[in-house]
Amino acid sequence: MLDLTFETPKPKTIAGAKHDWELVIGMEVHAQVASQAKLFSGASTAFGAEPNSNVSFVDAAMPGMLPVINEFCVEQAVRTGLGLKAEINLKSAFDRKNYFYPDLPQGYQISQLYQPIVGEGEVLVEMGDGTARRVRIERIHMEQDAGKSIHDMDPNMSFVDLNRTGVCLMEIVSRPDIRGPEEAAAYIAKLRQILRYLGTCDGNMQNGNLRADVNVSICRPGAYEKYQETQDFSHLGTRCEIKNMNSMRFIQAAIEYEARRQIAIVEAGGKVDQETRLYDPDKNETRSMRSKEEAHDYRYFPDPDLLPLEIEQAWVDDIAASLPELPDDKKARFIKDFGLTDYDASVLTAEVESAAYFEEVAKGRNGKLAANWVINELFGRLKKEDHDITDSPVSPVQLGGIIDLIASDAISGKIAKDLFEIVYTEGGDPAEIVEKRGMKQVTDTGAIEAALDEIIAANPAQVEKAKVNPKLAGWFVGQVMKATGGKANPKAVNDLVAAKLGL
Amino acid sequence: MSDLNTLTLAQARDALRKGETTSVALTEACLAAIEGAGALNAFVHKTPEIALERAKAADARLQSGDAPKMCGLPIGIKDLFCTKGVPSQAASRILEGFKPEYESTVSQQLADAGAVMLGKLNMDEFAMGSSNETSCYGNAVNPWRRGNDDAALTPGGSSGGSAAAVAADLCLAATGTDTGGSIRQPAAFVGITGIKPTYGRCSRWGIVAFASSLDQAGPMTKDVRDAAIMLEAMCGHDPKDSTSADLAVPDFEAMLTGDIRGKVIGIPREYRMDGMPEEIEALWQQGTEMLRAAGAEIRDISLPHTKYALPTYYVIAPAEASSNLARYDGVRYGHRAKLAQGDGITEMYEKTRAEGFGHEVQRRVMVGTYVLSAGFYDAYYNRARKVRTLIKKDFEDVFAAGVDAILTPATPSAAFGLGEMADADPVQMYLNDVFTVTVNLAGLPGVSVPAGLDKQGLPLGLQLIGRPWEEGDLLNTAYALEQAAGFLAKPGKWW
Repeated sequence: MLDLTFETPKPKTIAGAKHDWELVIGMEVHAQVASQAKLFSGASTAFGAEPNSNVSFVDAAMPGMLPVINEFCVEQAVRTGLGLKAEINLKSAFDRKNYFYPDLPQGYQISQLYQPIVGEGEVLVEMGDGTARRVRIERIHMEQDAGKSIHDMDPNMSFVDLNRTGVCLMEIVSRPDIRGPEEAAAYIAKLRQILRYLGTCDGNMQNGNLRADVNVSICRPGAYEKYQETQDFSHLGTRCEIKNMNSMRFIQAAIEYEARRQIAIVEAGGKVDQETRLYDPDKNETRSMRSKEEAHDYRYFPDPDLLPLEIEQAWVDDIAASLPELPDDKKARFIKDFGLTDYDASVLTAEVESAAYFEEVAKGRNGKLAANWVINELFGRLKKEDHDITDSPVSPVQLGGIIDLIASDAISGKIAKDLFEIVYTEGGDPAEIVEKRGMKQVTDTGAIEAALDEIIAANPAQVEKAKVNPKLAGWFVGQVMKATGGKANPKAVNDLVAAKLGL
Repeated sequence: MSDLNTLTLAQARDALRKGETTSVALTEACLAAIEGAGALNAFVHKTPEIALERAKAADARLQSGDAPKMCGLPIGIKDLFCTKGVPSQAASRILEGFKPEYESTVSQQLADAGAVMLGKLNMDEFAMGSSNETSCYGNAVNPWRRGNDDAALTPGGSSGGSAAAVAADLCLAATGTDTGGSIRQPAAFVGITGIKPTYGRCSRWGIVAFASSLDQAGPMTKDVRDAAIMLEAMCGHDPKDSTSADLAVPDFEAMLTGDIRGKVIGIPREYRMDGMPEEIEALWQQGTEMLRAAGAEIRDISLPHTKYALPTYYVIAPAEASSNLARYDGVRYGHRAKLAQGDGITEMYEKTRAEGFGHEVQRRVMVGTYVLSAGFYDAYYNRARKVRTLIKKDFEDVFAAGVDAILTPATPSAAFGLGEMADADPVQMYLNDVFTVTVNLAGLPGVSVPAGLDKQGLPLGLQLIGRPWEEGDLLNTAYALEQAAGFLAKPGKWW
C-alpha cells in the first residue's frame, strides 16, 4: 500500500500564555449529491433557477404529500462509501429531525440518525511534505437539504426560496482525527478530490455544494494519545461546532481563531461551552449562534412514511465494480508506470480531468516529457487565461502531436514552444503546421555540414582556439544555428562540430 | 324509481346497467337529500356542479357500454382527502381556504371507477376525535335518536360526517379513514358497514396525514357487498406512497359466497372488559352463535397485550401527529394569524397554530412533542414501539394457530349524546377506541358490521378482524354475519 511510505504529521501546537495546546478537529462535510432530481421528489436540482421554480408539492410540504426515495441518490451514497473504503449497510432507515423554520416546509428534515447507509471508512490526507494523516470516517448518511431564507431584500419581510429544499446531501462525518487548520483544509481538499473522481458530488464549494461543520476543541499535549488509546472523549476538551463553512481558507482561519478563543477561556480558568458558532470572515471571529435556552430538541424518530431502505449485496458489488481508479491508486500508478516524481504525480492527479488528459498525452510516449508539457506549458498557459483543463484549446491529440515531433527530432524544444503557442491560439494539426511553415529542424547532415564547413573556412583563428579550449565549440554550434534559422537539429550540429574540430 | 338515494351501491349499479335509472337521477336524488339534511351537518363542502357533470359523463359511458365498476354511483368524500380545486380542510381552521391543486390517489381511483363526488364530509379535526365534536365546522349529527328522546347523538368519529351521510341516505356510500377506529366506530354508531383494510392496501397519497404508520382509507357503506365493491375501487399499489403494497387487488365482491363452513373464529378473552354494558356482551355472544350456526368453528383465544394497546396508541399516534402537523405553520398555505408590530417568525408560528388548531389537536401535538423529547423518548415512544411489536405478535400467533378471523364488539357502547363528554377526562373519550386501536397497531384489516339494536333502539356493531391482505375472506365472513344478523333497521327521519 502506498500510505505505508508516509509518516504521521505532527499536530499543530499553539503556545498559550501558560502552556502549549494541541488542536483536535472533527468535520461533518455536507456534499450535495450530483443528481438531476431531489432525494424524495421528482423536482429538478438545477442551480441558479428562478426562486421557487424547482419545487414540487412534496418539497412545499403540501398536505398529504409523501416522500419516495430517489434510487440514483442511494447509488451515489453507496458509491461514495465504497470510494472511502467504508462499510455499506444493506439495511438503513430514515428518521425525522423536527424543528420549525420557514425554509423547512415539512417542519422536519428527513435524515438518517439511527441507521446510516454507510458505516466506518477512512481518508488518507497527504500533507505534501511526505507526511499523511489517516482520518477515520465514522459514517455517511443521506438527508434533505433545507431551502434558503432571504432576510435582506425588504426591511419588513423575509423571503423563502425552496429550490434547494429536498436536494440530497451526503453528510460525511469524520472522527476527531484532524490535528490542525492545514490538515482540515487538506482533508476537505482530499475528500473533494475523491468525490469528484467518483462523480458523486461536483465539489463546488462556492455554490455551497460542498460545505462543512467543523468541530474544534483543544487539549494539552499527550491528552489526545490517551483518547486514542481509550476512545474516551473525556480526555479531550469541550468542542464547539463552527457551522456551514464553504471556503478552505476560512476553515483554516476559523479553526485558528476558535482554538485561540478556547485557549484564552481555559487559561483564564473558565470553561468552554459546548455550542454551535458562526464564523464571520469580515471580522475573522466566531460567534455563538444561539443560547442554551434556544437549543433545539430535534425529537428524532423513524419516518413512518418511508420503509427501511434495504439494498442487495449484488447491487453494491455492481457499483463497486464500476468504481473508477481513485486518486491514491492513480498517483501511485503514475509514479510507477510513467516514472513521475511524487510532486508531478500529485499535480496531475489533483483533478480527474487533468489525470485523464495527461494519460491520453502520455500513452505510448515518454511520460516525463508528457508530464513536463502538461504541467509547465499547458497548465501554465491555461492558468494565465483562467481556463481549466476541461476547456483547453489544445487537445491531448494535439499536444501528443507536438511531443511526437520533438521525440522524432523533427523540431527542437525551442521551436516546440513556438509551435505550442500556434496550436493554442490558432488550432490545427501540429505536424501540418510544422510542414507548412517550414519549422522542421534540419537533420540533413549534408546541409548542416555545408554550413559548418563555410563557417570553419571563414574563421580559422576560432578553429585554432577551439582546439585548445573545447568549450569554444559552442560558438560554432551557435553560428550554425544562426545560419539555419534555428532549424538545425542541435544534437546533429553538436556531433558535427565535435567531429570537424577533432574534439 | 323512487327514493333513489336509499339504494345500495349494488342496487344502483344494477339499475343503471339495466337502464332503469340514470346517474343524473341518482345524483339529483342525493343532492336533494343533502339539501334537506342541513340539520345533520354531514356535508361541509357541496360540489353539485362537479357531481352533475360527472353524472352526465357517467351516463354517456353507461350508454356506450364502456362503464367502469362504480360508474355513475354518487358518493361522499371525507374532508381529509385532498380533492383538486375543492376545499380540503381536514375540518381544521388552519387549512382555511385551502384548495389543493392535486387529487388524492384514492379519490382519483374512485373517479376513475366512475363514482360521482357529491361533496366533502364532516369529520373530527385532523381525524382526531371519536365524536365529531372537534370539527371546525361544528359536529355532524347522528340520524339515529334514542327512543322518543330528541337529544342529538354523536355519529362517532372521526369519520362522523361520512357515517351520518350514509346512514341518512344522503349518498350511496362514502370514504372514511381509520387511524384508531375512525371508520369502524362511527359505522357502528349509525348502523352501517365500515372496513379498514390492511395497512398499505390503500394509498395514503393526498390524504392529510394524522399518524402515518396507522392511517388507512376505507369505504363506509350500507352493506357488506357495497364495502366489497367500493374497497376494490379504492385500493391498489401506488408508487407515490412508499408504504403502499404492490399486491394484486382481487374481485372482493366475487368472494362473497356467505359460506364460512370450517372457518375458525377466535373470541379474544381480553376483550371482555370490566364494566362493559350487558347489551354489548349479549350482542357479542349472539354474533358468536350466528357464526357457529353458519358452520364456523369458535375458538377462545388470548391476545395477552391487549390492555397495553390504548396507551401505546396514544403515544405513537400523537408522536407522529406532532411531526405531521408541523407543516401547518402559516408560511405557505391555509390560515396565518394577523401579526402585531414587532412580531417575528416565532410569534407567527405561535399565533397561527394557536388560532388554527382546536384544543384536541393542540393536546395531541403537545403529548406527541413530549413523548419524543430528549429524555422521554425511550420511556414513551421507544417503549410504545416495542409494545406495538408485541401486540402485532399476539395476532400473528393466533393466525399461525389457524384462526381465520377474530370477533369482537366494535365499540364499548352505543352512540352517546353530543356534549355528554364535554367535561369528561379526555381519556374517557379515548376509551371509545379500546376495541379498534389494536387493529391499527397491528396493521390488520378490520370490519364493523351492524348486528342489532340496544334497548333504546340504537344500532350496535360487531367487529371482525382478519389476516393481513385477506380482506376478501374477511368480507365474506362479515357477509355471513350480516346475513345471519339480518340488520335492516333505518333511523326514522326527523331532520
